[in-house]
Amino acid sequence: MLADAARGVLDGASPVSAFRALRDAGKPFEPAIWQEMAQMGWTGVLIPEEAGGSDMGHGAAAVLSRELGKTLVSSPFISTAVMAATALRRAGATASLQRIAAGEAIYALALDETRKFDPTRIETTATRDGNGFRLSGNKTFVVDGGSADRLLVLARTDGGVTLFDIPADRAGIARDAQDMVDARDAARIMLTDVEATGDDVLGQVDHGMDILRPALEAGQAALAAELAGLTAGAFDLTVGYLKERKQFGVTIGSFQALQHRAAHLWCETEVTASAILNAARRLDEDPDNATLAVSLAKARATATAKLAVIEGVQMHGGIGMTDAFDMGFYMKRARVGAEWLGDYGYHAATVARHRGF
Amino acid sequence: MSQSRDPEAFRAELREWLEANCPAEMRDGVMNEHTICWGGKNWEFTSDAQRVWLERAASKGYTVPTWPVEYGGAGMNRDEEKIFHAEMARINARSPLQSFGIWMLGPALLHFGTHEQKLHYLPPIARGEVRWCQGYSEPGAGSDLASVQSRGEDKGDHWLVNGQKIWTSYADKADWIFALIRTDRDAPKHKGISFLLIDMTDPGVTTRPIKLISGASPFCETFFDNVKVPKAQIVGDENRGWDVAKYLLTHEREMISGGGAGLGGGRALGAVLKDTYGEEEMDTVLRADAMRCEVDAMAIGLTLERYKDMAEAGTGAGDASAMLKYMGTELNKQRHEILMSAGGSDAVEWDGALSGLAANWLRTKANSIEGGTSEVMLSIVSRRILGLPG
Ligand SMILES: Cc1cc2nc3c(=O)[nH]c(=O)nc-3n(C[C@H](O)[C@H](O)[C@H](O)COP(=O)(O)OP(=O)(O)OC[C@H]3O[C@@H](n4cnc5c(N)ncnc54)[C@H](O)[C@@H]3O)c2cc1C
Repeated sequence: MLADAARGVLDGASPVSAFRALRDAGKPFEPAIWQEMAQMGWTGVLIPEEAGGSDMGHGAAAVLSRELGKTLVSSPFISTAVMAATALRRAGATASLQRIAAGEAIYALALDETRKFDPTRIETTATRDGNGFRLSGNKTFVVDGGSADRLLVLARTDGGVTLFDIPADRAGIARDAQDMVDARDAARIMLTDVEATGDDVLGQVDHGMDILRPALEAGQAALAAELAGLTAGAFDLTVGYLKERKQFGVTIGSFQALQHRAAHLWCETEVTASAILNAARRLDEDPDNATLAVSLAKARATATAKLAVIEGVQMHGGIGMTDAFDMGFYMKRARVGAEWLGDYGYHAATVARHRGF
Repeated sequence: MSQSRDPEAFRAELREWLEANCPAEMRDGVMNEHTICWGGKNWEFTSDAQRVWLERAASKGYTVPTWPVEYGGAGMNRDEEKIFHAEMARINARSPLQSFGIWMLGPALLHFGTHEQKLHYLPPIARGEVRWCQGYSEPGAGSDLASVQSRGEDKGDHWLVNGQKIWTSYADKADWIFALIRTDRDAPKHKGISFLLIDMTDPGVTTRPIKLISGASPFCETFFDNVKVPKAQIVGDENRGWDVAKYLLTHEREMISGGGAGLGGGRALGAVLKDTYGEEEMDTVLRADAMRCEVDAMAIGLTLERYKDMAEAGTGAGDASAMLKYMGTELNKQRHEILMSAGGSDAVEWDGALSGLAANWLRTKANSIEGGTSEVMLSIVSRRILGLPG
């Protein structure tokens, strides 16, 4: 099975200690891992075979995201292999897809402009200039924006919003690394009269959301799966500790107060797993009607991950608060993952809207 | 046999049959304590349509769609069962029959019963002719169920049973009871219990109803006074009744997790809130609670389906039924708190504009007690699934 194969590779190549080493070295991710992921067909998981992909689908993307999450593997998988690949596939950009499948391109999505995710609140403009456009505006929380060589930028045009695919080093683009709590790559990106041509537009001018919406949903589902993996990683550490740590002459896992909290957490993870499977299945089978399923998965995954890391630290006592212990990494990644691509409130409200609220 | 049926042909045939045979009065989709059909010798049909619907459905095995045909079922596999429920829902059909026989005893007999026992006991359950109740709990044996004291003395061809059960739902309406009876008083507590089937018409069996906070009195104290139980009326081996009891509980728990007798059903919370507040600004705290509840309800619903998909038809979720029950019943309680808040003062009137809601709300409080409490469910998860020390 894919999960076992992925686990095998990642346990060798990228255990949590590898993430710690990156964090200590101030590096966002390990390029060698990305190359390995390309060789195994992971970067091409959503890319058609004609474009060099493995085209395994969203179910497989969720499995991979989950395994990446379990040991906190830092990589541009969701930005590039999931979101950009989905957008480029919709736009029929075969050459770009080939580069992603081959591990030769790293994409970042330059979308957010305020502190909360909301694709409708975009002020970056793409003003007509001859045959092309000039882009100006400020993007924040551009995940993988520091290492990306390509940017997908959403900007306002006369009759709507338009999605551009431009090189990250084009004139007029300035990037500032954001020092995030999860020690991963994120950047502020300032666009000043950046030139773009019609060739840089993905899909139709003014209809950027036709391309971006499916890409966002694919990303949200994959991120939900990553959060579920992170939850499982934190949970395993916690239950392991309950079986090992002794106080009052017995293992702390014999205290019912802790048993019931751990059991409750496990129940929550099982329920969340169902929502995540459902979202991936929906994206594979009926991608144009997956919004409800995806938001359900992201809402549940966000809430469950939060519970897992809070309980994880608490049940470890003092050691849970130390930098030398891994639980803090899980907690910090869970918080960034909660905000990225829409938090609990955003997705719960989406569910509610679809359910007659 | 069932594997060879083409799903779309199966659906079409079923749809046609339902159109022709489900009476119009049975298509209101209402599922509550007033519309449910429990069957049994003492059952009084609430309408002719209810009787006709039961008879017709039973004749096709549709009261127990996944049971084998020879025991009164329709032999459906999991995919067919899903189609069946979808087609029933399409026309808003009421379930033709619900009973402890279907939910609990049937699965246990299918697993532990002899062929003769299955042939003897299952078809009358499927046809709604015999109604069963559950004699597990005793005054001194609730969560600690294995400490039951009702005892059966070995008298050669029968056991002589004496003792008391409590919280026996519908004991006063049931024809038969499946009971946990101590047949070896010297053995460790889990090893001396037998699972016996007892005829409620025996003069030594008496019941006394107990009134619930919801005003209804569906459960009873049940007394056994020198009741002779023939040796053939045991399920599983003598003194191994605990295995049967536990297996049955996993089915009971899975059933309760889905909201029990339709208690979890009803309207979407969004629509309920709109009824109360219209387009006016609504209570934002209540709205947020309702939204959370909706998210959880959808995800828990998917989980129930996922576990059914994973299990062979009819085998159930095993230890994970504790998780399903815990999550499902706590959700149902929360959902009814929201319904009550949205109903405001109308909801706290017994027979007001929201008649029945208050009683349902109170009844849901039992969901996390009956069939094993939430605390017991968490202990099962902790011990059997997480492997924490018992
Ligand atoms: C509406 C309704 C219908 C019922 N129908 C039936 C029926 O048809 N047949 C039948 O046999 N029984 C029936 N029951 C009984 C039901 O199964 C028991 O009530 C239940 O198992 C709890 O037992 P108890 O009431 O003795 O509570 P207790 O076991 O005394 O529990 C009291 C409290 O202590 C907690 N507790 C107990 N042990 C532990 C522990 N080890 N760790 C942590 N907390 C613990 C419980 O969770 C609970 O909160 C019904 C109950 C209700 C409410």
